[in-house]
Amino acid sequence: MAEAHNIPAGSSTTGAIAVAAESTTATRMSAPPSFDVADFPVPHGREEEWRFTPLDRLKGLHDGTAQATGTVKTEVSAPDGVTVEKVSRDDARIGRAGKPVDRVAAQAFSSFEKASVITVPKDAVLTEPVRVNLHGEGGVTYGHTVFDIGAFAEAVIVIDHTGDAVRSANVEFVLGDGAKVTVVSVQDWDDTAVHCSQHNALVGRDATFKSVVVTFGGDLVRLNPRVSYGGPGAEAELYGLYFTDAGQHQEHRLLVDHDTPNCRSNVAYKGALQGDDAHAVWIGDVLIRAEATGTDTYELNRNLVLTDGSRVDSVPNLEIETGEIVGAGHASATGRFEDDQLFYLMARGIPEREARRLVVRGFFAELVQQIGLPDVEERLISRIEAELEASVS
Amino acid sequence: MRQCSSPSHRSPEVPMATLEINDLHVSVETEGGPTEILRGVDLTVKQGETHAIMGPNGSGKSTLAYSLAGHPKYTVTGGSVKLDGEDVLEMSVDERARAGVFLAMQYPVEVPGVSVSNFLRTSATAIRGEAPKLRTWVKEVKEAMERLSIDPAFAERNVNEGFSGGEKKRHEILQLELLKPAIAILDETDSGLDVDALRVVSEGVNRVRESGEVGTLLITHYTRILRYIKPDFVHVFAKGRIAESGGAELADKLEEEGYEEYVKGGATA
Repeated sequence: MAEAHNIPAGSSTTGAIAVAAESTTATRMSAPPSFDVADFPVPHGREEEWRFTPLDRLKGLHDGTAQATGTVKTEVSAPDGVTVEKVSRDDARIGRAGKPVDRVAAQAFSSFEKASVITVPKDAVLTEPVRVNLHGEGGVTYGHTVFDIGAFAEAVIVIDHTGDAVRSANVEFVLGDGAKVTVVSVQDWDDTAVHCSQHNALVGRDATFKSVVVTFGGDLVRLNPRVSYGGPGAEAELYGLYFTDAGQHQEHRLLVDHDTPNCRSNVAYKGALQGDDAHAVWIGDVLIRAEATGTDTYELNRNLVLTDGSRVDSVPNLEIETGEIVGAGHASATGRFEDDQLFYLMARGIPEREARRLVVRGFFAELVQQIGLPDVEERLISRIEAELEASVS
Repeated sequence: MRQCSSPSHRSPEVPMATLEINDLHVSVETEGGPTEILRGVDLTVKQGETHAIMGPNGSGKSTLAYSLAGHPKYTVTGGSVKLDGEDVLEMSVDERARAGVFLAMQYPVEVPGVSVSNFLRTSATAIRGEAPKLRTWVKEVKEAMERLSIDPAFAERNVNEGFSGGEKKRHEILQLELLKPAIAILDETDSGLDVDALRVVSEGVNRVRESGEVGTLLITHYTRILRYIKPDFVHVFAKGRIAESGGAELADKLEEEGYEEYVKGGATA
């Protein structure tokens, strides 16, 4: 069921549960997935997958005019046993987790020079995270990274994005049977950056994939986290947190493709918005195919609008092609920061700034606790506080 | 703007906190423009006194409560409110609370993700001007909760989230006991309570009153709560002002005769 209440002007929440013989998730796209950018027409903005995105701010990533002229400084710190390789496009390990689903993702695939393949061998249990720090030094860049996680391996991956860039880069996560992976992707760009990325995860039999997407910065950030399953018993948890400031466009478009029996997924994204023309878009597509009996899925999106003048588009979409499932549900709600909450806290002597901080921290707290990485949790909390400081001062 | 001090910091030369309301006029914004709700309220509440304000629905009782606490929805268009001579109307909502004004709300607000224990401690820190010592604080909260028959698990729940009506009111009185204000305004604290909850809540209010350090403004529609909390003064509120004042016996008259006498002669705001 979709619930939507307390929605301020300038935001929209729609939801749908479709029980259909034919996937509308697939047919809504203007072209089928492909590695070749030429298979996608240049979008004009009215396509389903582009209708929320301000194309003129993509700096040419969508129409072939963005030539790779820029630099992104990349540092990878990998614990012992983890290998990091640069490979070319024809390497067999590339493209297994999914094809690009829109023109910008295909442009990245067609334009990157070398892909990175980071391999965690079978049975390896990493005690330290794999860290990938990407610092944009301006200009257009394309990239492709594959995380190849062997069977029964356990790993935490932290990908950090800072600096200024116009970047389209895709990331694949291929999890072997029984692997356990937590990925944290932090978009902490300068406010001038443009970043598009498709995250494809292929989750093996009985494997567990946890994704935490955190978006604070950028002029335009558009991410497509997508999950499909390589075998039964697999589980995906997709968490997201965004703080959209004045003028920023932050778009998260998720797809969980239940194509395998007895798999689970849980999606929870929460965002706060403040300032004029802050625009957050959340699209949550969950597809339960006819063969995916025993599926258990839930998706949720919550938005907290802190000031007037910001806009949220939240569209959960659940398609169910089999009735033989454990559970399926979705919820989306967008609420205004309530003056009544502020009044209640202030009426107990708590100064306004601290009261706002309490409410926003409270809004994110449950989600932050799900991450399970104390240093990441602390960093998120302090980053949220910094965003709030900027807003009230 | 005045520097705020907590009640315990109040200088010894003024042992009696006094809230003075003079000719208070308050409006709210409605679709048809500003509408005057309070039309000249005069009332003085001294520390140690209990004043019951009784009146029919729509008479402006709750508006008085929220205006004193500084809710932004209400605009003061005339008159004055002073606490120990300081201008309350000049203070922000949190400053009023720190100056010693406490409003127990009729509809306490849910604050998702903020635990009761965090909320209470943040609030006590703000009111007292320093963070309470952890060890004594934990004990203080535990004992206060026990007195109000509040389950200890309550402390880890989010503020007012999923609370029953009775739990919300007990939580308000818990705050009253912990924050020890100079002036306590109880806005229809009795509404929606069953007899047991009403007794527990009233006992809490009476404990605070027995200290002799609080002036209480008890706003109610019904006389029921006055069986538990004996007022020194009863005021009948009608049409945005105090229509009649008296002692406890006035409540008995209202119990017998209702508000009929006060509301006739035109609709009230």
